[in-house]
Amino acid sequence: MALAPPLSVSKPRKQTAISLMLRRISQHRWVYLFMLPSLILTALFTLYPIFASFYFSLFQWSGFTSDAYYIGLQNYQEVVPDKQFWNAFEHSFIFMLSSVPIKLSLALGIAILLNDRALRLAPIFRTMFFVPVVTTTAIVGIVMTFIMSPFNGPINTIMLDLGLIARPIDFLGDPKIALFSVVGVEIWKWLGNPMIYWLAALQTIPASLYEAAEVDGANWWRKFAFITLPLLKPFAIVIVLITAVGTLNVFALVQTMTGGGPYFASEVMEVYIYRTAFGAANSMTLPRLGYASAAAAFFGVSVMFLATIQIFAARWANRERAGLAAAETQLGDS
Amino acid sequence: MARAAKPRLSASEHHRRMEIKATRLREIVTTIILTPLALIWIYPFLWMVSAALKTNDEIFRSGANLLPKALTFENFERAWVQANIGLYFLNTVVIAAGSVLLVLATTSMMGYVLGRYRFPGRRLVVGVFVATVFLPKGYTIIPIFDLILGLGLNGTLTGVILAQSGGAHIIFILLFAGYFGQLPKELEEAAIVDGAGFLRVFLQIMLPLSKPVIATVVIMQLIASWNDFLLPLVLTLPAPELRTLSVGMYAFRGEYYIDWSGMAAAATISIIPIIMVFLAMQRYFIEGIAGAVKS
Repeated sequence: MALAPPLSVSKPRKQTAISLMLRRISQHRWVYLFMLPSLILTALFTLYPIFASFYFSLFQWSGFTSDAYYIGLQNYQEVVPDKQFWNAFEHSFIFMLSSVPIKLSLALGIAILLNDRALRLAPIFRTMFFVPVVTTTAIVGIVMTFIMSPFNGPINTIMLDLGLIARPIDFLGDPKIALFSVVGVEIWKWLGNPMIYWLAALQTIPASLYEAAEVDGANWWRKFAFITLPLLKPFAIVIVLITAVGTLNVFALVQTMTGGGPYFASEVMEVYIYRTAFGAANSMTLPRLGYASAAAAFFGVSVMFLATIQIFAARWANRERAGLAAAETQLGDS
Repeated sequence: MARAAKPRLSASEHHRRMEIKATRLREIVTTIILTPLALIWIYPFLWMVSAALKTNDEIFRSGANLLPKALTFENFERAWVQANIGLYFLNTVVIAAGSVLLVLATTSMMGYVLGRYRFPGRRLVVGVFVATVFLPKGYTIIPIFDLILGLGLNGTLTGVILAQSGGAHIIFILLFAGYFGQLPKELEEAAIVDGAGFLRVFLQIMLPLSKPVIATVVIMQLIASWNDFLLPLVLTLPAPELRTLSVGMYAFRGEYYIDWSGMAAAATISIIPIIMVFLAMQRYFIEGIAGAVKS
């Protein structure tokens, strides 16, 4: 705006809407030029792939260099009764449902403790909880296969020494617990993110509210239940959404810790898609790119559906909050 | 007057002391709760570094003891040379540098115009970027691979850099837009009077002022790029010599399955630099993460 030549603004000539628009656009040609690199990259690597996934799902296509044959919705007809697909689908949601509640409530508890100004070691604790977040997921996964190993792995060694278990637990080799072992590592690895989210949210609550409650004789629990929780609610919905969608995308940890095994017992959706599309190199089967695209599109839409429900829930909660604020101002007036 | 007030003063003094005592007690209890938990959180890294300094024999025999008897550095040598970690390290650095520069350029330019200008189509651009947050992502690896193949970039580091930089990076754009948006107008008006054009105003006046946001974007993208797995895994399938640290270690895991100390040394080489960068620039990183919720 600042660069618009002052001459053009004061011209009193009659103009059609289109030529006015064109002039505004040409005045802003630098603006459009500046947006171009970001727009091109986003269009190529974010927007196009989303639509291409749906397009590719209509083809039978075995290998990137081979020809694809249009087969309509046949891939979807095959995905729906596919037990392996539903196995991975189910695991992804079990993974999310078992990880997110623990991760978020533990992170909230730690964030509340760290938010206390009396705690002088808070910055050091915060760093310690956050370090796993910045480390390379795939490499952490490999290190964890050693740490959880039933053969002299430190976790088993410590538990045996303490007499907690009689024989080593095969955390990643037992089909009953492999998925949950990865969930445990995932909670450990990513706890720092929601912890920072909660801390940011907690810092928006004015201290004066707590002071006023203390004057009224409110104890710790009442302050938590009647000030902290209600004021965190609008943030909570965003935090749950970000964390849940992120957890459904889990790939590196599962791929490096179990590879989806044993016997597909921990195979989540991303691992299934990777195996169907790229993993064929190690086996005798052909890659199935169209089929994997159909599975990806199916799952992607399911996740989007879930996210949309969350957004509506968020709208509803915010409206309620607005009502609450209005009620408070009314109380203040009287 | 003064004498009469004295006992009341000491009563409030007493009350204040009680409060300080309660605060100290609270601090001690909190510290006692958090210390073991925080130690669990960094234990795997301590184990990793300790295993990298032990011989394989010692790892198996020493159990949970973290302190090595004698420091062994040959594991690092073995990892660096035999397991090609040196080469993978270089690839990872090149990819990270490329994607940081590219993302910094694109998001700062986009954030600058969105934050400071009102122009036809602005709402549409903002709308598209916000929509990408809700569109299903993460399952799009097949089209991305196909696109890189179509661009003739399969098996090149450029392909990995482009694909990593191609995310919508909405948080970075919002951070830049918010920062540039609140800078006073007089700044650029003075420069324009001096005859500076759009590009010079951006490069010489605006960009240098946005150092805090630049720091946040650099460290967040650096860590994201360093830790990326699926993209480099798929895009370096035809070229093992272009593997990054995470892909390289994954590929070698099968081969060196019994060599725990060598793998631990390789993991230490891969992970410690990024932890160091994080510790040095922690403030900016935490601000970036918190920005995800605030915006």
